[in-house]
Amino acid sequence: MRQLSRYALCVCAVLALASTAGAEEKVRLTGSGASFPFPIYSTWFKAFSAQPNAATVDYQAKGSGAGVQDFLNKTVDFAASDSAMKQEDIDKVAEGVQLLPMTAGEIAIGYNLPGNPTGLKLPRDVYPAIFLGTVTRWNDPKIVAANPGMKLPDLPITVVRRADSSGTTFVFTQHLSAVSPAFKDGPGVGNTVNWPSSDKFVAAPKNDGVTATIKQTPGALGYIEYAYAKLAKVEFASLQNKAGAYVAPGTGGGVDALLSVKLPPNMIAWLPDPDGAKSYPITTYTWMIFRKNNGDPAKAAAMRAMVDYCLSEGQKISDQMGYIPLPQAVVAEVRKAAANIQ
Amino acid sequence: MSSVPAHGADRVRVLSMNGGLEFDRGTSVSQPPSTFDLFVDRGFRALSHVGVMLVLLIIALLLWEIGGKALPGMQRAGLGFITGTTWDVGREQYGILPAIWGTMYSSLLALLIGGVAGITMAVFLTQDFLAPRVAAMFRTIVELLAAIPSVVYGLWGIFVVIPFVRPIAETLHDEFGWIPFFSTSLSGPGLLPASLVLAIMILPTVAAVSQDALRAVPFRIKQAAYGLGATRWEAILRVIVPTASTGIFGALVLGFGRALGETMALAMLVGNSNQITLSMFSPANTLAALLALNFPEAGPREVEILMYGAMVLMAITLIVNVIGSWIMLVANREPRR
Repeated sequence: MRQLSRYALCVCAVLALASTAGAEEKVRLTGSGASFPFPIYSTWFKAFSAQPNAATVDYQAKGSGAGVQDFLNKTVDFAASDSAMKQEDIDKVAEGVQLLPMTAGEIAIGYNLPGNPTGLKLPRDVYPAIFLGTVTRWNDPKIVAANPGMKLPDLPITVVRRADSSGTTFVFTQHLSAVSPAFKDGPGVGNTVNWPSSDKFVAAPKNDGVTATIKQTPGALGYIEYAYAKLAKVEFASLQNKAGAYVAPGTGGGVDALLSVKLPPNMIAWLPDPDGAKSYPITTYTWMIFRKNNGDPAKAAAMRAMVDYCLSEGQKISDQMGYIPLPQAVVAEVRKAAANIQ
Repeated sequence: MSSVPAHGADRVRVLSMNGGLEFDRGTSVSQPPSTFDLFVDRGFRALSHVGVMLVLLIIALLLWEIGGKALPGMQRAGLGFITGTTWDVGREQYGILPAIWGTMYSSLLALLIGGVAGITMAVFLTQDFLAPRVAAMFRTIVELLAAIPSVVYGLWGIFVVIPFVRPIAETLHDEFGWIPFFSTSLSGPGLLPASLVLAIMILPTVAAVSQDALRAVPFRIKQAAYGLGATRWEAILRVIVPTASTGIFGALVLGFGRALGETMALAMLVGNSNQITLSMFSPANTLAALLALNFPEAGPREVEILMYGAMVLMAITLIVNVIGSWIMLVANREPRR
């Protein structure tokens, strides 16, 4: 009996030693928020954590709003959001808030037509009208006029939208509202909006759900993150930008759009309708949100190292994953702002 | 469930009566209960009581939590919440009538399809149509349906059911468009594909409980029916199924409850569009899907409203169960009159 207890004591001691040793080795960072950049963030964090002496980063894709909530409740070290952070929420954080744009993405309008014709062009007055429910058929004269030579069927347009509350919808409706006054006065801007009531408007959860629904419905058209459209091989339309040119989603048009706007000191820049002849019209930054004063130098250093990794190594894989690499000028500014994380 | 403590109580009484007599421990087979027996017996009884209390406590806690969080929402949205038809978070207009309509429509349609299929399946599997081994195999397969995750059903619905019903729906709409049920063309997600998948999801519940009910019909009743010269179908339809009707009805109520609460598959298939329509090809919305899709990104004010929605869903489930129990009561009373 005595031997047994001595043995147990030994095991306890070894376990205690092992756990303290582990704690000294690795800093653990937790984050939660936007699901749109999740594919690239998870790749980054995995590669970053695999480095020797780097912190372990756990990121949960709960949605932008939930991430900001977690950040305010202090259950996470950092958050990520597609819709940045509201000023009233920023004011609630006594430690100070530093937003950093980490990558950017585009929203594509995917479609499914019989015969899979590629390169559909949608003029500026047409695609808001489709989402307002006023242009309802594929052979509408306005669509036909913009696409000479394309065989457009006599089919109703089934509009597929996001059913859940999402940053994607926010960015998309922000653009539509900037382009079309009727859309601004109608559904407006938001994570969820009141879409027109019609049996040709259907909603599906998440990017994957919208993508699958578009792929399964002849005559469907819907908005999805470009990364998902690319991955799922959905046909997407070229959209007419502010300068009047038709631009397909992709790295080139995205970078041009980002360059058209200068980042303000708080790092929150919106591009509801970017200038530039080659800019893709629906482009957006996505942010990570940090506290300025973390009260833990080791954690703050780990976060700065993480940001640095994402800005240098991370940007190299953006393109192949369907995101837009940040332009050099932006990277320099973000790096400077990251020093505020203490 | 309720009969278990009663049996336990009987046994304790018998045992304690014996305990008063003198026994020769060496020769007699029966013995007075040992302290251990008594302890186990009382312990079990206490445990059952705790179990029952826990169930009540959990329900009370649920109501307290959800109700408490819903209260500010109820005060703000009022009864207009139930009769309103727009859901616009930005303008703080919340109405769930389309969702209530969609929930009832899809669940009833699913119950109609799944109920008929489930009961016929139960009859087929219990009334000696198949060799016992084959029947057992079929039973296992049907029960396996219950183990498939909801999301898989949803995906299966998108990739298999919708393409399958599309041509049928198109023909029905073209030929019989004047019937309100077929008045719109199917755009993809909609009430019909959602209800079809829902029907398959409630099938194992309905089939399993109905089978138990049918198997519980005493063998002599069946023999008596045959003895009176009934054919097989007469025996099944006139004697066995009516005898088991209480259990079968219970199966339907359970299935309906499951259909009302089903979330993910419906969120993927129903189209989530606020429409009140009779057409089964039209997209619609359901309460459970509405709640599940809006919760993750809801701000504190919207959460109150969603909790109000959850209360409404609970109320609907409760009402359905009460109506179900009431119908069962009435149905049971009838033959005695």
